Amino acid sequence: MNEYITLSLILFTIGSVGVLVRRNAIVVFMCIELMLNATNLAFVSFSRQNGNLDGQVAAFFVMVVAAAEVVVGLSIIVSIYRARRSASVDEASLLKS
Amino acid sequence: MFDLQWLLIAIPLASGLGLLVWGKEGDRFGHLIGTAASALSFLFGVVLFASLLGKDGEDRSQSTKLFTWIDAGSFHVDMGFTFDQLSGLFVLLITGVGTLIHVYSIGYMAHDERRRRFFAFLNIFIAAMLTLVLASDYLVLFLGWEGVGLASYLLIGFWQHKDSAAAAAKKAFVVNRVGDLGMATGIMLMFSEFGTSSIHAVNGAITGASGSVATALGLLLLLGACGKSAQVPLQSWLLDAMEGPTPVSALIHAATMVTAGVYLVVRSHGIFDASEAARTAVIVVGLVTLLAGAWIGCAKDDIKKALAGSTMSQIGYMMLAAGLGPAGYAFAIFHLITHGFFKANMFLGAGSVMHGMDDDVEMRHYGGLRTFMPITFATFGLGYLAIIGVPPFAGFWSKDKIIEAAFGENFWVGLGALLGAGVTAFYMTRLMIMTFLSEKRWREGVHPHESPRVMTWPLIGLAVLSALGGVLLVSNWITEWLEPITGHAEHEELAVPAIVLTLIITVVVAIGVVAAVAFYRREPIAVETPADSSVSIFARAGRHELYGNELNDAIVVRPTRHLTRFLVWFDGKGVDGFVTGVADRLGDTSQFLRKPQTGYVRSYALTMFGGVAVLVLALLAVTLA
Repeated sequence: MNEYITLSLILFTIGSVGVLVRRNAIVVFMCIELMLNATNLAFVSFSRQNGNLDGQVAAFFVMVVAAAEVVVGLSIIVSIYRARRSASVDEASLLKS
Repeated sequence: MFDLQWLLIAIPLASGLGLLVWGKEGDRFGHLIGTAASALSFLFGVVLFASLLGKDGEDRSQSTKLFTWIDAGSFHVDMGFTFDQLSGLFVLLITGVGTLIHVYSIGYMAHDERRRRFFAFLNIFIAAMLTLVLASDYLVLFLGWEGVGLASYLLIGFWQHKDSAAAAAKKAFVVNRVGDLGMATGIMLMFSEFGTSSIHAVNGAITGASGSVATALGLLLLLGACGKSAQVPLQSWLLDAMEGPTPVSALIHAATMVTAGVYLVVRSHGIFDASEAARTAVIVVGLVTLLAGAWIGCAKDDIKKALAGSTMSQIGYMMLAAGLGPAGYAFAIFHLITHGFFKANMFLGAGSVMHGMDDDVEMRHYGGLRTFMPITFATFGLGYLAIIGVPPFAGFWSKDKIIEAAFGENFWVGLGALLGAGVTAFYMTRLMIMTFLSEKRWREGVHPHESPRVMTWPLIGLAVLSALGGVLLVSNWITEWLEPITGHAEHEELAVPAIVLTLIITVVVAIGVVAAVAFYRREPIAVETPADSSVSIFARAGRHELYGNELNDAIVVRPTRHLTRFLVWFDGKGVDGFVTGVADRLGDTSQFLRKPQTGYVRSYALTMFGGVAVLVLALLAVTLA
């Protein structure tokens, strides 16, 4: 059981570090997906451990939301790329004060 | 017919307003219309007065209500007028002397391109002054009171291109506001105490009120009277008011407007009869002003200012008489009328002299004008004899009666009034000598000449009135005529017979004349004004108007300036400082908060992770603990 949780933690850490350090928007996006899946894994593991279905239901919700998020997120990235010819998240810093 | 008395006011008012809006083509005949309006008002006044003479004693107060002016809850004011024995005399004085001065102004202002406007202002003055004396309610009186103040302001500053004239007009206006404050407060007090401001009702109800109310009302009205009549302590504006054209000085600042304070006291006799303290205050003010004005008159070299000091002093006599109560009211009005004649006469005479001397007012540049201006000299001489009180001229009768009544009240008051008569004789003789009699001290290029006939005829008219004004006293006509207004007074028995007192007064006057002759004929008069350091302390004080201006400066003007400066400082540093300070601090805070907004997604993400981490740690800590 601990192995699943350990894997989940490793995946989450990789994901979060990737979000913080990578510049490419696509990679950042993939890292976010990684974090979501890490949590899904944790949900499912705990569900199995506790012997009820709550965790699995939560995992389904996360998948649905993630699917929707991919649609919105990718379309934003594509339109930014079209406008600026770049997918770097650092260059899209128009909100800088 | 008395229902139409509002026409007395309406005629000059309509003419004045009409002349103001007429436009350029009115310049040719505007002065004639203005004079005609005044004359018309005078004729109608004479008709009304004559019909008043034909009535019985009780019917001689004719009131009329024009319309309801204010009707708000329990506050009710009628635009009403009363033509009675007192206001009738005033109407004749104002319109009669006023018309003569209008005629004179036709000549005096002939070369002024704004003559039409001058006549418009004069007409508005006449209308306002008539409103003042005809009013049957204190609030209506106040309307006229402010109206004459406005006309006075406009006319003092008529030559507004001169800074001194503009400043003098402002000064007159501001000093008068102080007096008007007293007047306005008095009217409010009347309303709160009696629920009305009708003159008749207030003076009737005052006997039922407490003594302190009567005293307060009396003192407040006296403050108003002091402002308008240039009495101490609000005297400082009158001498500066001489910046106005000379006919204005004659009409407003000698004959009529400045006597409004005396009228107010006599008209409010019920209030002053009810309060011994208020009457005493009136006597003190009158006596102090009488002596102060005479003092100033002795020291001034400006002919108009010397006459202005004399006006102050003579109004002091009237105030003094009005303060004596029923014994003096009639004599106050009598002196007011004779003074209106002879002082208007002398001011117009001074104007005539200035006209011939290229508008020079400095008496040290005059001298020997007797032969060059015979008519002016003769008329001025009659005015001179009248003011110093030589029998049988007008001033003799009126001043004699006032001094007699003053001795009846109190020996020292009488002595002050007697001294004033001597000083009057001194300064008027000085003025005569310096202007008409002594050697020539003219400036180069000045060619004195007699004024045109349009100016000399009013002088002659006023001179005749100055000489004959005393007939009003024949068989005590004026005291009996005014008795329904002023109340009956038992004649006080003096320690000495009246005839002896008259002799004493005449001797004092003679001493004054002889002293002036001895003083100013002894050696030639200097052309240049001697420096302050070379004259006696009395002359120096008189020249500086007894330091009245310096006193006002020290007591009122400078503290007010300091206060303003403090308020400006407080507004800038205190109020504004607080408001802008708060805004500045807010700005600084936002500047500080702006820094973390880098625009980099990852820094926001880091913040979020950090926050979540802290949250999780906190949760763990709570659950595990």
